[in-house]
Amino acid sequence: MGYQFNWSLVLTGEYRDWLLDGFVLTLKISGIAGICALALGTLVAVMRLSRVKPLEWLSLAFTEFFRNTPLLVQIFFWYFGSEAFLPKAVNQWLYKQDFEFAAGTIALTVYSSAFIAEELRSGIFSIPKNQLEASRATGLNFFQAYRFVILPQAFRIVIPPLISQMLNLLKNSSLVMTIGVMELTYQARQVESFTFHGFEAFTVATMLYLAVSLAVSFSITMYNKHFLHQLRY
Amino acid sequence: MRWDIVYNNLDYLLWGSYPNGPLGGIAASIMLAVLGIFGAFWLGLGFGLMRLSKRRLLRVVSMIYVEVVRGTPLLMVIFWFYFLGPVVFDYNLPEFHSALMAFIVFTGAYVAEIVRAGVIALPKGQMEAARCSGLTRGQAMRYVILPQALRNMIPSFVNQFVSLTKDTSLAYIIGVNELTKAATQINNREVVAPAEIFLAIAVLYFLICWVLTAFSRRMERHLARYQARGR
Repeated sequence: MGYQFNWSLVLTGEYRDWLLDGFVLTLKISGIAGICALALGTLVAVMRLSRVKPLEWLSLAFTEFFRNTPLLVQIFFWYFGSEAFLPKAVNQWLYKQDFEFAAGTIALTVYSSAFIAEELRSGIFSIPKNQLEASRATGLNFFQAYRFVILPQAFRIVIPPLISQMLNLLKNSSLVMTIGVMELTYQARQVESFTFHGFEAFTVATMLYLAVSLAVSFSITMYNKHFLHQLRY
Repeated sequence: MRWDIVYNNLDYLLWGSYPNGPLGGIAASIMLAVLGIFGAFWLGLGFGLMRLSKRRLLRVVSMIYVEVVRGTPLLMVIFWFYFLGPVVFDYNLPEFHSALMAFIVFTGAYVAEIVRAGVIALPKGQMEAARCSGLTRGQAMRYVILPQALRNMIPSFVNQFVSLTKDTSLAYIIGVNELTKAATQINNREVVAPAEIFLAIAVLYFLICWVLTAFSRRMERHLARYQARGR
C-alpha cells in the first residue's frame, strides 16, 4: 500500500475551506428543497384526499411517476430539458440566476415532495374518519376541518418519517454535483483531483454526512420515546 | 418535439451495442440491479442475523455497518469503491465491478434492517415452540423462523429492488455503460432533444419500477392473510 496519509491537507488551509463551503451549500440546497417539498407534498397529499376525481388522479400520477424514476434522470431532465417546456422568458430569467442551483433545487423538491406526499397521506389515513365527520358536523367546512383538526394531528404522527425523508433529501443532494452544483461531494471530488489525496477528502465528507444523519436520527429515537406514546385512539 | 431521435436510438437505449459490442442500456441496468440485490441479500442476511445474535461484539459490528452505510449517500459509497479501492488495496477493477460492489455494500445495510425487522415481527411463540421441541437456536432459526420471516419480507425485498434499479443510474457517474449513460451519450451526439431523451428513459425506468411496485403491493395483501399471529 504505497499511500502516504496527509490529514493536515484537508483539515487546514484552502482545501478545508473548499470542503466547508461544500458542506454549507449541501445544507442550503437541502434546506431550501426541504421546505419547498414540504409545501408541495402537503398540496399533493390533500389533492389525493380531496374526493375530486381529476385532482385525485393528478396527484396519484404525480406521486407514482416521480417516486418510480431515478432522481439522477430527473435532475438531467430539469437541467438539460427545461428549455423545451418552460416559457422562454422564464428560461432567460433562470439562466441569469445560478441555473445549476435552481435546476438542482427544483429536481430535489419535486422528487422529495412525492415521497413526503405519501408519508402525509398515510398519516392522514391513520386519523380515524370520525374526526373529519365530527368536525364537519360542528360546522367547519372541508378546508377548515383539514386545517384545524386533521392536519395538526397528522403532522404529529408523520414527524419521524418526515424527518427521515429530510435525511434522504440530504443524502440525495449529493447527486446535484453531476450538473455542477459545488456541494460537499463535488468539493471532495475536487480536492481529490487537485491533490490525489482522495482518501482524506472523502473521509471528511463522509464524516460530515454521517454526523448530520446520526445526530438527527438519534433525536428521532428520542422523540419517539418521549412523545409518540401519548398519541392513542 | 423530436421524438424520432428517441425512436431511432431505441435499440441503443434498450441493450446498447450488444451483439457487436458491450451490453448497455436498460439491459445493463437490470443486470446491475439483479446481481446487486442477489449479493445484497446474502450480505444483508448475514448482518441482519448478526444484529439479532446473543454476542455483543457481533451486534455492535452489525450496528456500526448498518448505521454508517445508511447515513452515507450512495454516491459517496460508489466513490469510495471506485477511487479509493485501487489506492488502498492495490486492486484494479473495471467500473462495472466497482459499481456493483458499492451497490451490494450499500443495499446490504438496508436488507439487514429488513431481515431484522422481519424476524422480530414474528410472534415470540414461534421461537419458543421451536426451542421446546428440541431444536437448537441455530436450527430453530434455520428451519422455523427464517422460512416464515423471509416469505413475509418478499414485498420489502421487491421495494428494495425497485430503489436499487433507480440507484443503478448513479453508476453512470463513474462511467458504467447503462441506461443513463446511453441517454447522455445520445444527448451529446444529437444535442437538440434533451427533454425527449431524458423523458423517454424516465418512462423506461418507470415501467420497470412501477410494475414491480404494483406486484409487491398485491403480494403484501396476499401474504397478510397467511401470517402466524401471536395470541
